[in-house]
This record gives sequence, structure tokens and C-alpha cells, in this order.
Amino acid sequence: MEKKSVMYEQLYRSLYRIRRVEEEVARIYPTDKIKSPIHLSIGQEAVAVGVCQTLKPQDIVFGTYRSHASYLAKGGDLKKMIAELYGKETGCAKGKGGSMHLIDVHAGVMGASAVVGTTIPHAVGYAYALKLQKKSSIVVTFFGDGACDEGAFAESLNFAALKKTPLLFICENNSYSIHSPQQDRHAKPDICGRAIAHGIPAERIESNDVLEIGKRVGAAVDKIRSGQSGPLFFECMTYRWMEHVGPNEDYDFGYRSRSELEPWVASDQVSRIAQLLDEEARREVENTVETEIREAFDFAEASAFPPSEELYTDMCENPCG
Amino acid sequence: MERVLTYAQALLEATEQEMERDPSVILFGIGVDDFKGTWGTTKDLHLKFGRDRVFDTPLAEDGMTGVAIGAALAGLRPIHVHIRMDFVLLAMNQIINIAAKSRYMYGGSVSVPLVVRSVIGRSWGQGAQHSQGLHSYFTHVPGLKVVAPSTPYDGKGALTASIRDNDPVMFIEHRLIHFQKGHVPQNPYTVPFGKARILASGNDITLVGISYMAVECMRAQRCLAEVGIQAEVIDPVCLAPLDMDTILNSVARTRRLIVVDTAWTSCGMSGEIVASVAEQLQGSERPRLQRMGYEPVTCPTTKNLEDLFYPNPQKIAAAAYSMVHDNGSSWMPRHVDSPEVVQFRGPF
Repeated sequence: MEKKSVMYEQLYRSLYRIRRVEEEVARIYPTDKIKSPIHLSIGQEAVAVGVCQTLKPQDIVFGTYRSHASYLAKGGDLKKMIAELYGKETGCAKGKGGSMHLIDVHAGVMGASAVVGTTIPHAVGYAYALKLQKKSSIVVTFFGDGACDEGAFAESLNFAALKKTPLLFICENNSYSIHSPQQDRHAKPDICGRAIAHGIPAERIESNDVLEIGKRVGAAVDKIRSGQSGPLFFECMTYRWMEHVGPNEDYDFGYRSRSELEPWVASDQVSRIAQLLDEEARREVENTVETEIREAFDFAEASAFPPSEELYTDMCENPCG
Repeated sequence: MERVLTYAQALLEATEQEMERDPSVILFGIGVDDFKGTWGTTKDLHLKFGRDRVFDTPLAEDGMTGVAIGAALAGLRPIHVHIRMDFVLLAMNQIINIAAKSRYMYGGSVSVPLVVRSVIGRSWGQGAQHSQGLHSYFTHVPGLKVVAPSTPYDGKGALTASIRDNDPVMFIEHRLIHFQKGHVPQNPYTVPFGKARILASGNDITLVGISYMAVECMRAQRCLAEVGIQAEVIDPVCLAPLDMDTILNSVARTRRLIVVDTAWTSCGMSGEIVASVAEQLQGSERPRLQRMGYEPVTCPTTKNLEDLFYPNPQKIAAAAYSMVHDNGSSWMPRHVDSPEVVQFRGPF
């Protein structure tokens, strides 16, 4: 029981933290202090949190332009993230990457990309290297249902399976690529079937339930780490509550309805896990997180913009073309 | 006795020595471990280093370039080989959007030590999709080094430098250069990025030849010498970063420049070099400038049209002659054979 409540507390801390960070990002966005596109994960946090709680610090995750959740869930530095969104020199990419290119190498968060599907093969190559280097870490690649349209997705499945790389594929299926629903893009909307066709065992998790995700993915992570299995694949059904890009909702534009959102809100994992904690523990978590968030935004506000000479640094180690 | 290797042998030797020196170097690409071994440049390396470090790949240029980048992020030094540069078009997204940009867009927290080798084809009807020199696509984008050496010595030294470099390098080799022979020291060595090589000295005109066109410019230079014109021939070796100083010093002296590229001239390296010279030397006596390259059409397969498509030593020498005399007089040297072109037999 004790162990379980500790786990709930950790889960709640991670879920609540991501939710509240993004709510603050959305709140501040109209001030134009964050002069760069943002893609919020609100509603999808359970996938990143459920998966990352099964990982070790030395494990590696590759994400997408919608990566606030996986960055934070894997332990990416919050202050550096907010500073990055603000374009400050203290940001995780010194203000040169922004929200779509979050990275924290020390936490095992590799850089995210704005071009859909492009980081999937990076995860495969990284996992191949780990195997060659005889390391026990594993790699997770997060991507959406939109990425499954890309050729790089199929090419990655094949090579990962061929070389039995220590890799976990996590498809965060929120049913939309920007505003295009999956059924308008896939003749056969069976993403797991594609992985299976390439020789990779795949399961679909319908619930967006953080406990179920943690349990099923955790078993897969153990198998991969122990060498009992090559790559494994999960399609995690989830839902993006906010617009594709930006801080607002978008239920009045005709491509999806608020009624589609309602069941996801009803099963919201942040409120659900909150209810599994006693009042005091919940408040303690929330207070700590709120303080941390305030400090992160203060840090970003107080940090300097990069000096002009930063325009020319970080191109190449030696002079390049 | 001077040690002589072909360009292909020089590339094989550089790769083998670097793989021996550094266990993080891996080599892959379509057919690198087959019985032909990328025309000898990768032959039998899988026997020496094992199939975990040297492997054939699925036909997936985009995905495999991503795999190479991922492996590089994890600390390996991948060499990804493409038997035709035309196929690299399938990998442009990963090369341009990721490899070139990673160090910068992640604020210097990662590096991508990746070598992409690709071969420009030519002759015996290689045609529209087996012959393109697309190096200017890569020199356009900051974050990529682009090398295209023309001699076996520079081939070995530049490939060694490319493998040791901590950033992505496009290593561009012309199929017909593979047959070139020249002095190559046995011990490993590097030639620096951003340093051009003067292949012949002269005071009358500067010929800059890119990749295989450096070989053709040397033939033109010998023809020109017969009519009393001393041409200086420069191989840039490295296209990005580009050693403009060597070219500018030469043109400041000769006041005449022809840049010959194994590519189209429009928006290409030849235009880039000519424009830089025009910018740098404006105000002083204006030099005569000319670009030469592929004819502005798709490369045909049939021999008589293919011959017309490419620059050759005669065309280069004739253009140089006209520029030097500058009085409307023209001259065409006797026919000059380019033995690699004449002797090449297919199918590839």
C-alpha cells in the first residue's frame, strides 16, 4: 500500500506538472513573450508519463515537435525549457531551438524535430549503437499517427526489426494530423498491423489510462532490456484537447466537435490520479510544483537574450561551409 | 620508389586505417559488403571488421540516413555510402533538416560526426539519373562540409579528415576519378578542409576544376602550353568551406578565370566562385570571368549527345585561348583523349 501511494504521488507530480506548465505557457502566450510556435500536449500527458515512469535515467527518448510532455516526464530541466521558449541564452538550446527542438542530453532527452517522422530513424540508429556498444540502455521513440504516413516510419520499422535493436515504438495516436483525421489518410487505419507486418509485436492501448500504460509498457521495457526481445510497439490512443499549434481550443472550426472531446475530459488522468491521493499529499505535490513553475518562469524572465555573437556559434566544431 | 595507388584504393585504405584506429567508425550502404565492394572502395572490410560494423542496408536512403544520424548522436562515426549521388536526393530531408542543423538548433549540445560518400557517375550511357553532380545543393546549406578531391593523395587525406571530423561531411567522388593513379603515402594522414591545391602553376589564366573537371583542366593546360599559354590549374578540393584566398591570389595575377564544374552552371559552384571573385576584385582592374559546366539539358545516354553534354579538355582549352587572346581569334586543340571516358565499359 505504501509503495502504491508513493507511485501515485510520483505519477501525479509528473502529470500535474506537465499540465500546469502547459497551462502557464498558454496563459503567457498572448503576451508574445514566447515568440515561437508551441504545440501543447494537454490531454496527452498520460502516454509520456506512463511510458517514462518505466525508464531508467540512462535510457534515451526521442520526441516530436509536441514534446513538452515527454521532455518533462523523462526528467528534462524545467527552467531550461521555459527559458528556451522565451528565447533566452539559458535555454536548453541557448534560445536557438525553441519549443519544437527541446533537448536535454543529460536527462536522456534527445532533440525533437519539427519535420514529422524524422526522429524515428534517429531512435533506431541510436538503439543500434547501444547494441553495438553493449550498453544496457534502451531507446524510446515517441511519434504521432501523422508520422505513420511517412516513409521514414516504414523504413525505421524494417531496420529496427532486422537488427533487433533495443527500441520501444510509442505511437501517440490522437487521431489527427493537424486537422486531417486518420480515416482520411489511411486506407487501413491499423497502425499496429503495420508494425506486426514488419515483424515487431504490437499492442494497442485504448484507454489513455496512465496505470495501464505503465503496466503494459513496463513489461515490454523489461523484455527489451533483458534481451528477450527486439523492438516492441505500442499504439496509445489519446486526445489533444487544444488546437494543433497555439494556446487555444479549436472546436468551433468544424473539423472536430466538442462532444468528441468530452469522454477524454471525463477520463482525464490528472484529476483521476489526484483522487487516488489523500488531500494532504495532493496539496503538497501541487504546492511544490507551483513553486517550481513560478521559479522556472521567473528564471526565464530574468535571463538574458543571447549576445549577438551567439548568431555564429554552434555551427560546426571547426570552421565549416 | 614512389608508392602509387588508384583513387579507389586510396579510399579503401583510408577507411580501413580509420576503422582500425577507431572502433566507433562504422560503414554501411547498399552493397558495401558485396563482391564488388563499391568498386573496390569498401571491398572485404566486412571480413576484417565484422558485419556489425560493415553492413549492407535495405533500399531506404531516407531512413538509413536517419539511422546514421542516430548512431552518430550515440557516439559512433558512421560512413554512409551511396553508389550514385542521384540516390542522395532520397536522403535530403535528413541531411539538410537534421544533420546540418543539429549542432546549432540544439544549442551545441550534440554533434553529428557523419560522412556521406556519394559517387557522380558518367560515361557509357549512365544517363539522366546516374550522372548528376549535385554538390551545390549541399554547399548552399550552412552546417555541412563538402569535399570533392580529384587526386588519390587528396582522396585518402580528405576521407581520413572527414571520418575524424565531428560534424557532417559530404564526401563527393566522381566515378571516373576512381581510376586515377597517384602517389599515396601508406601511413594515415589528413588533408585540411578549406585548402585548395594548385595542380599546375601559370600566369596567363586560372582554371578552377571541380572534382573530375580538375583532371580535364590539367589536360587542357597541357594543350594550352603547346600554344604558349601558361594556365594555372586549381583543384578546390573542399567546396565548403571554400578556399577563396588561393583562387583570388591566382586571379589577381592572371586576371582571367574559368571555373569548370562537373555540374550545371545555374546557381552552382562555378557561379559561386565567379561571384566571389567579382565581389572581391571589383574596383581593381576587372578580371575576365567564365563558367563552364554541363549543357543546360538532361544528361542523354546516346554517345554522340553525351559527348556534347560534358565539358572536355578541348572545349576548356578553346575557351581559355579565346579569353587570353581577347581579339576574337579562336583555336581548337587537336583531339585530346580522356582515357577514363574512352576506356570505360559498363554496365555501371
